[in-house]
Amino acid sequence: MKPFGYVRAGSVEEAADAYASHPGARYLGGGTNLVDLMKLGVEQPATLVDVSRLPLDSVEELPAGALRIGATVRNSDLAAHPLVRDRYPVLSQALLAGASGQLRNIATTGGNLLQRTRCPYFQDTSKPCNKREPGSGCGARDGVHRDHAVLGHSPHCIATHPSDMAVALAALDAQVELYGADGERSVPAAEFHRLPGDHPECDTEIRPGEIITGVVLPATAAGLPSRYRKARDRASYAFALASVAAVLRVDDGVVQHVGVAFGALAHRPWRARRAEEALLGAAPTAAAFERAVDLELAAAQPLSDNAYKVGLARDLALDVLTRLAPPTTST
Amino acid sequence: MSDTDTALGAPAERREGREKVTGTARYAAEHTVPGRVHAWPVTAAIACGAVRAIDTTEALRSAGVITVLTHENAPRLADADDPTLAVLQNSRVPHRGWPIALVVAETLEAARAGAAAVRVEYEAQDHDVTLTDSHPGAYVPEEANGGYPGHRERGAPEGAFASAAVRVDAAYRVPPLHNHPMEPHAATAQWDGHRLVVHDSSQGATAVRATLAALFRLPEDQVTVVAEHVGGGFGSKGTARPHVVLAAMAARRTGRPVTVVLPRRFLPALVGHRAPTLHRVRLGADEQGSLTALLHEVTTHTSRIKEFVEQAAVPARVMYASPHSRTTHRVVPLDVPSPSWMRAPGEAPGMFALESAMDELAVALGTDPVELRIANEPDTEPDSGKPFSSRHLVECLREGARRFGWAHRDPHPGPHSSGPLLVGSGVAAAVYPVLIQPSTATARALPNGNFTVRVNATDIGTGARTVLAQVAADALGVPLDRVRTEIGNSDLPSASLAGGSSGTASWGWAVHEACTRLRAGLAEHTGQLPEPGLTASADTAGTADADSDYARHAFGAHFAEVAVDTVTGEVRVRRLLGVYAAGHILNSRTARSQFIGGMTMGLGMALTEGSTMDAAFGDFTESDLAAYHVPVHADVPAVEAHWIDEDDPHLNPMGSKGIGEIGIVGTAAAIGNAVHHATGVRYRELPLTPDRVLTGLPSFMAR
Repeated sequence: MKPFGYVRAGSVEEAADAYASHPGARYLGGGTNLVDLMKLGVEQPATLVDVSRLPLDSVEELPAGALRIGATVRNSDLAAHPLVRDRYPVLSQALLAGASGQLRNIATTGGNLLQRTRCPYFQDTSKPCNKREPGSGCGARDGVHRDHAVLGHSPHCIATHPSDMAVALAALDAQVELYGADGERSVPAAEFHRLPGDHPECDTEIRPGEIITGVVLPATAAGLPSRYRKARDRASYAFALASVAAVLRVDDGVVQHVGVAFGALAHRPWRARRAEEALLGAAPTAAAFERAVDLELAAAQPLSDNAYKVGLARDLALDVLTRLAPPTTST
Repeated sequence: MSDTDTALGAPAERREGREKVTGTARYAAEHTVPGRVHAWPVTAAIACGAVRAIDTTEALRSAGVITVLTHENAPRLADADDPTLAVLQNSRVPHRGWPIALVVAETLEAARAGAAAVRVEYEAQDHDVTLTDSHPGAYVPEEANGGYPGHRERGAPEGAFASAAVRVDAAYRVPPLHNHPMEPHAATAQWDGHRLVVHDSSQGATAVRATLAALFRLPEDQVTVVAEHVGGGFGSKGTARPHVVLAAMAARRTGRPVTVVLPRRFLPALVGHRAPTLHRVRLGADEQGSLTALLHEVTTHTSRIKEFVEQAAVPARVMYASPHSRTTHRVVPLDVPSPSWMRAPGEAPGMFALESAMDELAVALGTDPVELRIANEPDTEPDSGKPFSSRHLVECLREGARRFGWAHRDPHPGPHSSGPLLVGSGVAAAVYPVLIQPSTATARALPNGNFTVRVNATDIGTGARTVLAQVAADALGVPLDRVRTEIGNSDLPSASLAGGSSGTASWGWAVHEACTRLRAGLAEHTGQLPEPGLTASADTAGTADADSDYARHAFGAHFAEVAVDTVTGEVRVRRLLGVYAAGHILNSRTARSQFIGGMTMGLGMALTEGSTMDAAFGDFTESDLAAYHVPVHADVPAVEAHWIDEDDPHLNPMGSKGIGEIGIVGTAAAIGNAVHHATGVRYRELPLTPDRVLTGLPSFMAR
């Protein structure tokens, strides 16, 4: 086999140093996706920097009421955390909608964000894929693409991001905290993943050598009504055909705060900014929801096999928003 | 269990259960003989054409690689009856995924890395992998799988249909499906001089021995094939598959024991699949609901190298009385992998179409679908005119309806409510033929009072080892715990493969006969038996496979309740209930597992399982268990299997019919019919995934 180095990092600084000093390195979290890709020959790291034992495995309350999730907190633990379940139910629901119990027990928060698309052409080295091998073409566009993107895709790539968790983080206005050679910085979760454009090989805004240290959930979304819903081919252990995460606060009969993100429609969790703008300050009526969601999805450019996703996403968003709205105003 | 009266039919536990759950049962790849090495195939990345050149230089330099076999240097095989086994014999690429090289290395990882380093140049030709019912390459085969005539016609079906008072004319589609047993196809091969020993994951070691002996030009007694424990097959291990040939070739070339485990993603192209079927079913009936015309026309595909025709129109020759009938198959050779057996080939897709059409006819007539089926019961088998050895479909339908609470069902198609969840129920019949193959067996009485039964049966997870001990104990009239069974080795008395739901009947007949003779011999013996005991043998050739004057089939009825979510188009099964009439049930515990396993696979066929032939690349798109959706626990609700005991003297000494496949037959139709009952929408293409269901709902289309 292709030999690779293995470094177990004891601290974030050590991890970043190890990454910098080993060209071709990859960070290893739970390994549920990276190891599969290594077996498929899609990933061929020279060195694995094991970050799964870093002291980033706790969920802590910050003074102003925000919540910081360490990058190595396991998906199962995060979903079950009382503060997450209590204040950010959409995140707990999204996590539990993902993968299987066994995978959630080992997958990490940081790794979940960095997982790669499950596009079958990306995973098959005998077929073209601009994400895997820039310039080789996109097999999915002329091939089978029922599961692929309807929003924000490019001529070079129609892949979707597979995470459920990331969709909830985008709707919650979470921040992804990074550490790298230039120190610490944070990026909004909704902008952490990129659209493919001319560089589908770049999934995220992460810079070479940077490591995810945590995710911060803002106090502004804490305790607000929130909900996740996912449609899939089987009842468990299936990626979304479409999903939606939403946070909604209604006071005095008008929408005061709203965050909506779609999953499985694009190369990143799709934050529905247009819909949100249309809803802010409006009465949360069925008609207002429909208008807002249709405004968002008007940008969709479905391919020959995946037009159903637009209607499915619409259904999901209307269902979730309606359930989140106070009963007296939702009709 | 010491009560001999209950040995047959009793819920005896699997004899190897403890070994399996504790992980000590060894499978084909786990026979770690000293010096064992691993091999990894390189498969074709074009769908049609030839290999122009293979450069193995880099692969051979790769750490741990011992050799690379290609069509240029691989051992020459004798002609195989099965063209899918003629691997590495020439440069032709008949489909994508065809093996074009095999890298042998010290470790699995080294073999995989070596395979990635093999460079191949192709002469690619345009390929055609798209099945349509108007394909110019379609022809009517002489025979379909199972030896059934490709075409049968009685009366004047077109005219009878045209003049029928009530008509259904509907097209149904079943996609390609994959067997995907838990244990992938694997073999460990070892040569000792001119003697070949193979541990293979197979449904029939006797057949694999014959194939390997022929390919490698050996007498059969120089080949031993062991298939002690097999982690499922569902038909895909019914005969030898390429992995075992590759393992034997590599072992011969290297002089080392070689293990080949096919990676999961190679299975769809290499071990057979259920071919897609396009169905046109036309049913004509009089106003009272008696069928006057039944036409079932099937179009399917096969590969360029092998004709395999899924016999999906065959069940229509058995099910319902109709004076005018046409059942026909057309097959299109395409640049696709070779299809083969998958659980209930023919019946599973065929009964989806026929039983969906019967439901459509019931709706058109305004008749209850249970009563419509009962009204069209034939007196004799419609196609052959033979009497049935036993047929209790009506009893299955009645008993199932009673247990399911069918009487409370709203007879009208839905929707029955305005909420987001639409609930409905459906019914479909099931049928599976009685198949029996000749086998041999021996039974020995030991001086210590115990008995050993030897037969090369295969236990692919069904409980064969256990039920054969029950058959033996019953025939000998001794307690079950005094009988030991030896199976799964081609050095044992030859026996047929575990396929066509024929295993227990075929092996059991030989075991029963050997034990009956032994019992007679013991009756004549007095005093202590001398070593090594007393042995009797049996060979059922000429008896077990003799033509019967009767039409012999198992029957059943499936009932399903579903909930359809109109927000997402997701269909979930709430209840699934089957009632079967399959002769005597020989082990109620393992039989129940067979039935509910089949029903679960039918649920997958209905809702989640589907493979997509990628027209651009000529490849099946879903290549792993994350993408090819077999049902998971959350999909499988309350499943109940019941049976009606039949006393049928025309079967075998145990009076049993096969039960391994009937659970998948008609299940998808029952679920599809329930979806129609819930929604009022008839979906005619499987699987019923959210994209199809949602976009077909009136509420969705009204936008």
